[in-house]
Amino acid sequence: MIEKDPWGNVKINFDKLKMKNSKYGIYIVVAIILFIWILTGIFIVDADEKAVVKRFGKVVNEVGPGPHYHLPFPIETIDRAKVTKVHRIEIGYRSDRYDRTRGVLKESLMLTGDENIVSIDFIVQYRIREIKYYLYNVVNVEKAIKSAAEATIREVAGKEKIDDILTVGKGRIQAEVMTSLQEILDSYNSGVYIVAVQLQDISPPEEVDAAFKDVASAREDRNRFINEAEAYRNEIIPKARAKAASMVFQAEAYSSEQVEKAKGDSNKFLQILEEYKNAPNITKRRLYLENVGNFLSKSKNYIFDANIDQVSPFIGLDKINKEGAKE
Amino acid sequence: MKNSIFTIILIFLVATVVISFSALFTVDVTEQAMIIQMGKPVKVIKEPGLHVKIPFIQAVTKFSKKLLEYDANPSEIITKDKKILVIDNYCRWKIEDPLKFYLNVRDVPGALARLDDIIYSEMRIELAQHTLIEVVSVNRNQVMHNVTELSGKKAKEYGIYIEDVRIKRADLPPENEQKVYDRMKAERNRIAKQYRSEGMEESEIIKSRADKESRIIIAEAYRKVQEIKGKADAEVVKITAKAYNKDINFYEFTKSLEVYNKIIKEDSDLFMSTAGKLFQFLFSN
Repeated sequence: MIEKDPWGNVKINFDKLKMKNSKYGIYIVVAIILFIWILTGIFIVDADEKAVVKRFGKVVNEVGPGPHYHLPFPIETIDRAKVTKVHRIEIGYRSDRYDRTRGVLKESLMLTGDENIVSIDFIVQYRIREIKYYLYNVVNVEKAIKSAAEATIREVAGKEKIDDILTVGKGRIQAEVMTSLQEILDSYNSGVYIVAVQLQDISPPEEVDAAFKDVASAREDRNRFINEAEAYRNEIIPKARAKAASMVFQAEAYSSEQVEKAKGDSNKFLQILEEYKNAPNITKRRLYLENVGNFLSKSKNYIFDANIDQVSPFIGLDKINKEGAKE
Repeated sequence: MKNSIFTIILIFLVATVVISFSALFTVDVTEQAMIIQMGKPVKVIKEPGLHVKIPFIQAVTKFSKKLLEYDANPSEIITKDKKILVIDNYCRWKIEDPLKFYLNVRDVPGALARLDDIIYSEMRIELAQHTLIEVVSVNRNQVMHNVTELSGKKAKEYGIYIEDVRIKRADLPPENEQKVYDRMKAERNRIAKQYRSEGMEESEIIKSRADKESRIIIAEAYRKVQEIKGKADAEVVKITAKAYNKDINFYEFTKSLEVYNKIIKEDSDLFMSTAGKLFQFLFSN
């Protein structure tokens, strides 16, 4: 009985019982206290937790979710940790409850392999893989992860060129950081498993951001110039082809016209010639008179008697004068 | 009588409690302990659990068994190419030999001060053998490895095991940083200019090639036109010559009539003399 009872407060109860002067009372109270003491060993491990039982500081058991019992303090104690939860460390920035973020330049700015400076914000997600290692091997595990992550990202970024980091390198950097971070944490026996390393925001430092954006817009400009030139090309070539086609068609039209006309003219001539040969003189005369009559009937005619010597040279020029007056 | 028995039991019990508190001690899984007898270390206990010592004469000092941290303040260190780097390093270490540790540095703050000296000097020596770009890029791992090894050797004398020394940050001092920014800007401007002038170049090439192509198209069309016309004209010459050759005089006659018909119109003024053959009958009667 005595051995089981090393507690100070039990002694106080002894004093109270002495006052009552009841020997049985003492035993009953001692028994109740012992019972309560034994009950303090009951503990429940939550669904997302694991617990480690230590007897006098030495690990004796590891238990999962559910109700369990350990020998009461100070014989056995337990330590617990959330083993299913994925923890998250933000590096280069901090976000608050309202999802507002603010950069931490000291963490995000780093030198690249071509001696430029780049800003990288990223998160590390980790889970507890081995609870005993996690609890007992490393002081301040979260800080260990964070420091190692900062060292690792700089090591990886230090091997890359800034243009690669900003464009195609993201996936590669993530994978490399993840692998070597896990290696470091394994060498610490930290019992931590790196779930993911995610690069959030990769950008040039603020001081040079405008220059970088200008490069992007210059690239756009280049494409615009080319597109404009191609548009020009697409406009003038069909136009030229259209003009060429039209020229050729016109020439062909001209060709047919001329040939057909020539054929027509010569056929007409040949037919008339046929008739003419039958009666050359009369035909010639008839044609002459007919035609002369035809055009003389259209024109204004001034006929002078050949016997009159003097004719005013101004006759008929009245029309010219009229036209001149008009102008 | 009963009361006196009870008193004896009580005294015995209290004595047992006091002695056991003094004789027994636990060593946690995260700890290691050293028993010190009258100021002199006599035993190191690394095994966790319940342990016994001689009450009152022996005292226990406990040390952590965990991997501890040492986070140095950033310091400026000169590289081989005489550039300044602001190095922020950290170190993870362990108390390996509690006895040596206790005798040399006593406790963790003492150890941190010693580590600071060791690592800073090793870092200086090591970085002086590398250029800036080597530290930042290619040889970073090597630098960290060497510093870890060399500081590890020195720290061993103090019972300290150095797991690793890592460069968390290697940055340029602010005044050099500005220079880097200026250089970056210049570089970007160069690239932007290159993009734009490449665009213009390409654009000019496309445009003039288009001009060339369109002019060729027109020229080819012109050639075709001339060929077609020439052929047509030749045909016309052939056809007409064949026909009109049959009677050149008659052709001349009919063609003249045709031409007269064409050139004399409603508004033509025609001055004619009665001496002409046409009017030979006009005044003859």
